[in-house]
Amino acid sequence: MNVNKKNHQRKLSELFMAFLTYGAAAATFGVLFFLVAFIFVKGIPHIKPSLFSLSYNSENVSLTPALAATVIATPMALLITAPLGVFAAIYLTEYAKRGNRWVILVRVTTEALSGIPSIVYGLFGSLFFVLFLGWGYSMLAGVFTLSIMILPLIIRSSEEALKAVPDAYREGAFGLGAGKLRTVFKIVLPSAMPGILAGVILSIGRIVGETAALIYTAGTVAQIPANPMQSARTLSVHMYALSTEGFHTDESYATAVVLLFVVILINAASVRISRRIGGRA
Amino acid sequence: MERLGSLRDLKEKLMSAVFFASALISIFAVGLICFFLLSNGLPAIMKVGVFRFLLGREWSPSDVPPAFGIFPMILGSLCVTAGAILTGVPVGVLSAVYLAKVCPEKLYRVVKPGVELLAGIPSVVYGFFGMVVIVPVTGNSILSACVLLGVMILPTVVGIAESAIRAVPESYYEGALALGAGHYRSVFFVVLPAAKSGIFAAVILGIGRAVGETMAVIMVAGNQARMPASLLKGARTLTANIVIEMGYAADLHREVLIATGVVLFLFVLATNLSFSALQRRGKR
Amino acid sequence: MNCFGIRGLNLYYAGFHALKDISMDIEAKKVTAFIGPSGCGKSTLIKTLNRMNDLVEDCRITGEVRLFGESVFGGMDVNHLRKRVGMVFQKPNPFPMSVYDNIAFGPRSHGIRSKYELDEIVETSLRNAAIWDEVKDRLRKSALGLSGGQQQRMCIARALAVAPEVLLMDEPTSALDPVSTGKIEELLLTLREDYSIVIVTHNMQQAARISDSTAFLLLGDLVEYGGTEALFAMPKDKRTEDYITGRFG
Repeated sequence: MNVNKKNHQRKLSELFMAFLTYGAAAATFGVLFFLVAFIFVKGIPHIKPSLFSLSYNSENVSLTPALAATVIATPMALLITAPLGVFAAIYLTEYAKRGNRWVILVRVTTEALSGIPSIVYGLFGSLFFVLFLGWGYSMLAGVFTLSIMILPLIIRSSEEALKAVPDAYREGAFGLGAGKLRTVFKIVLPSAMPGILAGVILSIGRIVGETAALIYTAGTVAQIPANPMQSARTLSVHMYALSTEGFHTDESYATAVVLLFVVILINAASVRISRRIGGRA
Repeated sequence: MERLGSLRDLKEKLMSAVFFASALISIFAVGLICFFLLSNGLPAIMKVGVFRFLLGREWSPSDVPPAFGIFPMILGSLCVTAGAILTGVPVGVLSAVYLAKVCPEKLYRVVKPGVELLAGIPSVVYGFFGMVVIVPVTGNSILSACVLLGVMILPTVVGIAESAIRAVPESYYEGALALGAGHYRSVFFVVLPAAKSGIFAAVILGIGRAVGETMAVIMVAGNQARMPASLLKGARTLTANIVIEMGYAADLHREVLIATGVVLFLFVLATNLSFSALQRRGKR
Repeated sequence: MNCFGIRGLNLYYAGFHALKDISMDIEAKKVTAFIGPSGCGKSTLIKTLNRMNDLVEDCRITGEVRLFGESVFGGMDVNHLRKRVGMVFQKPNPFPMSVYDNIAFGPRSHGIRSKYELDEIVETSLRNAAIWDEVKDRLRKSALGLSGGQQQRMCIARALAVAPEVLLMDEPTSALDPVSTGKIEELLLTLREDYSIVIVTHNMQQAARISDSTAFLLLGDLVEYGGTEALFAMPKDKRTEDYITGRFG
């Protein structure tokens, strides 16, 4: 009798813990599903040609200029940061000696950069690029702010990718009499490419989703920038402006659909790449 | 031959210098950020007075004379963060248990990218979702911000907690099963405690994300610059304070906002450094 | 009396036929040793007895295993089976918690809450595993601080704490030094009085020293099974003879 009762209790507590676990997982994925479905269902009917007019006015609230600004800003920031970040990672993994004091300092500062909230980047960008360098609210100021923001992401993912390249590759290349530089560029870097690319895609995601760092650097003008010194709003900033103004709820939904669509595309690309690197990391 | 060799040498030296210089960019960037924030923010703190600035309960920059106390915003940030942790961490850790110990392989290949998507959704989209779904229920309030931020820190918590759980040796789990403990009892009472330092790290990183989050919070928290009164009343966070007033602030007001950024910066820096210290300890 | 009755047992990992039509009876209150070269299936067989193979994906089993006449595959609750059939692993696997909590984990899992009862179980189990004197002053300290041999004896105590009828040991001394190994063998000889013990070992001298019966497995086949002395003195099968005289594997 007593044994039976204890057995019963044991099964009940197992059931309870299973319930908690499944419940939490259901909540997490439920929220994700609900959010995406909600935005799509509410937004897709409001996607109209006028939303994609070449220029913005308060009538059509076109997102084209913002989309264009995003498409321009992203490669610019990557062009600045990707080489720097990869080179930094090369120094850290291939050149620096163990326990080198510079390496420790670089690690600590990179970690610090990765934790800084985007609004603090925005503050710094507006103090340094906008005011100190006198660039004003401009694409260029925004792009440079973004490029500092994604630096730790690129460095870290490149470093991981480079570290994962087996030493045998390097030894093989050295054994053939290749110099260090040649080994790095012809052997190590190509095999680390998928990992580096994964970091780049992650950075694209951050750039596309960024708002707080851009409001006071690139500004909020809704036009296709004619040159890098002009102010422009990216899609996320546009989304913020639109939804907080509160006059264009339908268009906000539609804009959210476009933004979400872009993010899903980026994520799909990153999933494909990480599958190619192999394993469920 | 000789000349070719020395040319190669030169190239090697040149490029290794380039690599080294690139590595210094991080240090340079942090130095620059610190310099510009501190040189603009610290004088303002001195002018207002450290205590009046940090502990002052009144924020009314347009009054004569103005009052620059950011205590309401500090409390606002703390409330919202605590709420996010309370809602996000239990759900996140349990979801991580599901992913690491329950989820079948095939489902995992679908579900895991889902968590990554959750991490990739922009703050403004979360904010907008909060405006149209959460705010109609709980108003522009601390509670709304807590719930929304709880969702936003989920992917961070789930990701780190999951890898912490996976890092626990399988022999712990098997040992518990072999004693006749059920699957969940083995996971919750042996595996999870063994992963506690990793889970703690997840919490700390979640705090960092929640404190630093800006746009989504602005869109649901109400943003009144006053002492947080109840869960259903609005509040303003440090991040919101900067975004909302930076557009029109001038002179001392502007510098005080930058000082707000300094406080935020230092807080997040401390959180993150303790995170990496924890990670290093976990590895040993 | 027999504790286990195994009839026509086949086990497949994905496509691999790991155990081939095994039938044998294992006597209660005796020490039975499984020997054979690596990969012969001896660990797989012992893990079938408390269904630890359930954890392996793509593992298919046919045939019958009965514990005191009751089928272990059918309606028996697997946790209850594992309570009745304790297991000690190759590598000591203390949980990262105190010695006391390690020992109390099993009883607590089975619903024992009273502090008094738990204290008593912890002490008895540790005494029975001949480690009480070494750990009684550090019950509240982490079990990870014990030496390898102490950890393994603590794991034996942990298995004893749920009052099993059978104790399975999967190469319990292969990770230990000779002195610790000696202590554990000594312990097994005293435990034999109260428990049925099944031990997997790659060490033939160990099998000869401590077991009453020995089963020799090769490539998933049960080649020979009988009294230990007889099996070592005059093996009936050529392959057994080759193995125990060290001609292969």
